[in-house]
Amino acid sequence: MRLLRWTVALIAAAAVGGCATTAPPAKGAKPSAESTGKPKPLAPGLDPLVRADAFPSTYRPMPSRPTALVGAQVFTGTGALIENGVVLVRDGKIEAVGPNLPVPAGYDTVDGKGKWITPGLIDAHSHLGVYASPSVPANSDGNEMTNPVTPEVWAEHSVWPQDPGFNTARIGGVTTLLVLPGSGNLIGGRGVVLRNIPARTVQDMKFPGAPYALKMACGENPKRVYGGKGRAPSTRMGNVAGYRQAWINAADYARKWDDYRAKSGKGEKADPPKRDLGLDTLASVLRGEIMVENHCYRADEMVQMIDISKEFGYHIAAFHHAVEAYKIADILAANDICVATWANWWGAKMEMLDGIEANAALVGAAKGGCAIIKSDDPDVIQRLNQEAAEALAAGRAAGLSITEAEAINWITSNPAKALGIAAQTGSLVAGKRADIVIWDRDPFSIYARPDRVYLDGAIAYDRRDPRYQPKSDFELGQPGAGAR
Amino acid sequence: MRKALLAAGAFAALAFAAQAEAETIAITHARILTAGPAGEIAQGTVVIRDGKIAAVGPTAAVPAGARVIDAAGATVAPGFFATGSMLGAVEVGSLGNDLSVDNPDLGAAFDVQYSLNPDSILLPVARLGGLTSAVTMPIPSRGRGGDEHEGETLTAGGDDGGSRSHALFAGQAAVITLGKGDDLLIRARVGMVVPFGEAGAGVAGGARGAEIVALKSALRDVRDYMKNKAAYDRAGYRNLPLSKDDLEALIPVVQGRMPIIADVHRASDIRAVLKLAREEGFKVILSGAEEGWLVAGDIASAGVPVLLNPLNDRPESYEMLAASMENAARLQAAGVTVAIESDGGAHRARETRYNAGNAVAHGMPYAAALAAVTINPAKIFGVADRTGSLEPGKDADLVIWTGDPFEPLSQPTAVFIRGQAQPLTSRQIELRDRYKDLNRALPPAYSH
Repeated sequence: MRLLRWTVALIAAAAVGGCATTAPPAKGAKPSAESTGKPKPLAPGLDPLVRADAFPSTYRPMPSRPTALVGAQVFTGTGALIENGVVLVRDGKIEAVGPNLPVPAGYDTVDGKGKWITPGLIDAHSHLGVYASPSVPANSDGNEMTNPVTPEVWAEHSVWPQDPGFNTARIGGVTTLLVLPGSGNLIGGRGVVLRNIPARTVQDMKFPGAPYALKMACGENPKRVYGGKGRAPSTRMGNVAGYRQAWINAADYARKWDDYRAKSGKGEKADPPKRDLGLDTLASVLRGEIMVENHCYRADEMVQMIDISKEFGYHIAAFHHAVEAYKIADILAANDICVATWANWWGAKMEMLDGIEANAALVGAAKGGCAIIKSDDPDVIQRLNQEAAEALAAGRAAGLSITEAEAINWITSNPAKALGIAAQTGSLVAGKRADIVIWDRDPFSIYARPDRVYLDGAIAYDRRDPRYQPKSDFELGQPGAGAR
Repeated sequence: MRKALLAAGAFAALAFAAQAEAETIAITHARILTAGPAGEIAQGTVVIRDGKIAAVGPTAAVPAGARVIDAAGATVAPGFFATGSMLGAVEVGSLGNDLSVDNPDLGAAFDVQYSLNPDSILLPVARLGGLTSAVTMPIPSRGRGGDEHEGETLTAGGDDGGSRSHALFAGQAAVITLGKGDDLLIRARVGMVVPFGEAGAGVAGGARGAEIVALKSALRDVRDYMKNKAAYDRAGYRNLPLSKDDLEALIPVVQGRMPIIADVHRASDIRAVLKLAREEGFKVILSGAEEGWLVAGDIASAGVPVLLNPLNDRPESYEMLAASMENAARLQAAGVTVAIESDGGAHRARETRYNAGNAVAHGMPYAAALAAVTINPAKIFGVADRTGSLEPGKDADLVIWTGDPFEPLSQPTAVFIRGQAQPLTSRQIELRDRYKDLNRALPPAYSH
């Protein structure tokens, strides 16, 4: 078991995710036929901008009632702690948050005395569904390691909605997560942002309006995987050549489509480029529509990745794992790049050797720094609050002055920012989705457990009410079912 | 800042040098978690003399000349055990470790005591997590797959064409101390690791039942060998698949002196292990036991202890479909002696205290969880006479915490191992302090 855990940790560490989510239609994209009416529209599937959202979200919030959560200590996810707070929820949205709000008539009232409230937790790096439990080869769908550059694969096409891990993550307070492909490839594919709701299809889980993510990976994993196959990349310099060539291909592809649209828009005869799924994704990154989530451990490699992003004109939303981020916290902040990391993981391989517990705290302490605690693991995702507490303690031990109200942002509003969904969730602000966790005590305590989890104002989990303790199909009829 | 750090470093070095001499220390005004018969002492004194605990109690006297540490209400607890650990035998995970052997002449005879490296950078990190002892255990070479990502099973373990009898036994564990500058070894040959379930089946050729037959056969060979050593040495005895070294190493097992540490997960496999132990007359410790709560009564009535990670709550494999966060609490409630371990037992061994806290959050009484990381592992591995609780005469392995040691927000303010104050630093702390201030005039390499 220990060796197994080692292997999984190593691979999970090696795996870096790309997030996939429902992409909004490209800005300004119009089917060419609308422009002039003259050129014949392309056959279905040949124009990347027609039905650009090919697997649209069918997420629908569960039924909810107007609800008032009264008397708890409320971490808002904006850096504040409201003592004896009131959170009003209506139509699945946060209606108001404050210290002494009157409860309107007709609202269900939940007594929060002695409890703590946080926004629903957001995991910025998960492989739930793509590396589902049980972890058998048939469920291993997270890494398309047949080519080092695979932007054409989408994690959502591997997600098994019946992964029991979604349920255990929800019990831990996770309401939204980014599911990424692994890190075996330089460019691993699209990641998808999911609502953590029990569902029959992944489309039912897709976060409406969330941007897709592109998973990229630095360092040891791609060079080990492909070097081991006797092909490029087998070195870090090979890695960098691979990223740059991919972006050159993407820029060239985008130029061909632009030329085609310009000509056909003027009614000129033009031959459309052949659609390429991988280059579609990369071109969308260059248009700023997809968030780049970059697995990268070492400080020096992160700065090289920043230079590549500047060479080709895209922005890195977050470096993931990034155990050496504390060495370049100033550079990361200056470039508005978040860091999604752990407190406790280090040493599984050479590029993890310099990981320290205070990494997140030091990143967050830089002016403009954006620290995120994430899981990359189906167990840690159940206890993101504890991992954040460990990171907080390490920051304080380093002499930093950090409040719990600030540290809660590492697992709520900061990952929302890195996933491009901060306008919708991640903090308890009027108008946002009512994604809320009620804890039985301060979530920075090891003993804290969620009593209840709300998704869009609906009770998605209740610790004491079996009606709100969903089980996946896989869990039915198995040993221990009903007594877990 | 630099000056302050330098001063702190010098102080730590001096303090450590001073401790090297036998010093009498009294820790006063402490909340004391003894993990012994005295239970929790709301406020009291711990006296350390000659590396041992000289006195513990609410009214213990401070000896003349003792160095007094006023805990001012802080908590003193025994140092914790990392059971199921790799400490001392691994540095960087991907570079391998000294705990796994795949050698046809060497299975049971493999003994981790010769693998131990006191200079490992993992040890200071573990100490800062309140760990002062560990049980470093061999890791079975892998059998059939089914539980790894990315096709690693294609290259790991597998079939070497000859007898796999040696691989039935992964080798012998050792209890170690984590004290700086110490010879790590406390007690060698504390248990024989044997994989069961899927891993054991893989070793024996594919089926669980085959492993039980193979084990019975191997233990029978050991008994035959014991009775016919002279003939064996003359090559006048039937051919035995195990090497002479392996046969010798298994003698204490068949004599019931050395327990088998059974790496086992599924309820039915646990029952099979208990039955085999009854039939063959060996002692057993269960390791893993994610489905143990389903057969808690059987485990308790067999008097068999369990090493477990309470966080294993998913159907991670087909051997742990019934895994539950309440496994630890339910086993303990049934009367099983439980030891709580961390995930992997190496770089993340410092999470041991958090895992104990999680067991409490899921129903285990606090005192039981404390025992599960202190006195229980000490008893299970035969070192309770010298460590595992704060009792007079035992090694002074203890930690002063700012608060409840299971809470992440609590930090150690002093760590004593065999009475020696340990430096509260690690390579990680050095890295942290080198990069804490990124505005220095010179590159970071000049800060150390």
